[in-house]
Amino acid sequence: MRLPKNREVIGWLSLVFMLVSIYMVFIYAPPDKTLGQVQRIFYFHVSCAWIGFLAFFLVFLASILYLRGRNRRWDILAYSSAEIGVILTSLVLITGSIWAKPIWYTWWTWDARLTTTLVLWLIYVAYLMLRSYTEGSRGARFAAVFAILGFVDVPLVFMSIRWWRTQHPGPVIAGGKGAGLASPMLYTLFVCLAAFTLLFIYLLLLRTKLETIKDEIDYLKRGD
Amino acid sequence: MTNLTYLFAAYTVIWVALFLYIFSLSRKTRQLEKTLDALKESRKKKKSS
Repeated sequence: MRLPKNREVIGWLSLVFMLVSIYMVFIYAPPDKTLGQVQRIFYFHVSCAWIGFLAFFLVFLASILYLRGRNRRWDILAYSSAEIGVILTSLVLITGSIWAKPIWYTWWTWDARLTTTLVLWLIYVAYLMLRSYTEGSRGARFAAVFAILGFVDVPLVFMSIRWWRTQHPGPVIAGGKGAGLASPMLYTLFVCLAAFTLLFIYLLLLRTKLETIKDEIDYLKRGD
Repeated sequence: MTNLTYLFAAYTVIWVALFLYIFSLSRKTRQLEKTLDALKESRKKKKSS
């Protein structure tokens, strides 16, 4: 009998959590009194954003560790995490725009939160481009330095709605007086965050495996 | 468009994007595993001959 691998277990677990989160988003959580049904976009939008931050934090951490020890495993982790982070941030920008249209009557506005998020997306798209145009350890070193510098934008995105007056809704957690969510909405958000965390781990395992196989193939081809 | 249409559009985008990404990763992994197996096999043959 073949035992399921860790990756498969996490994959199935994330699917179960996703199904539960869909139930909670569409049935369990009440509609918002002022924004109506479209507010339900918030749960996956915020989850994508937070897990995107986590992905970029991992890129930052793995890049520092790579520069310290030149271990290829950290480089693979940084590269894989950056790719997933870009996908999640793309989803944040797209779903944010879809939410903005019926609420703000525009797809886009040069608000501090939206602009810093777009800059973050551009930084990590540039990182991926740098990775695809450069090869070997020299390219990895350049990319690691770029990723460390690029991470500066993450706290800026996070603090933008606290530091500046923005059109974007204020923080729902740790936002001070008047901030916060009703309990069913908060539980729904936590389940969505758990689902996206599991999905992120699953994608990361899948993506790092791909890169490891590529390395093995390169090694064997060089040996021939 | 009604509010529900926007809601539907947002969730569709998320699900389609994630599904396509997982599908493309799995397909690439399968292809590369095949290549790796073929390379390992050819090395084995070379060593034995």
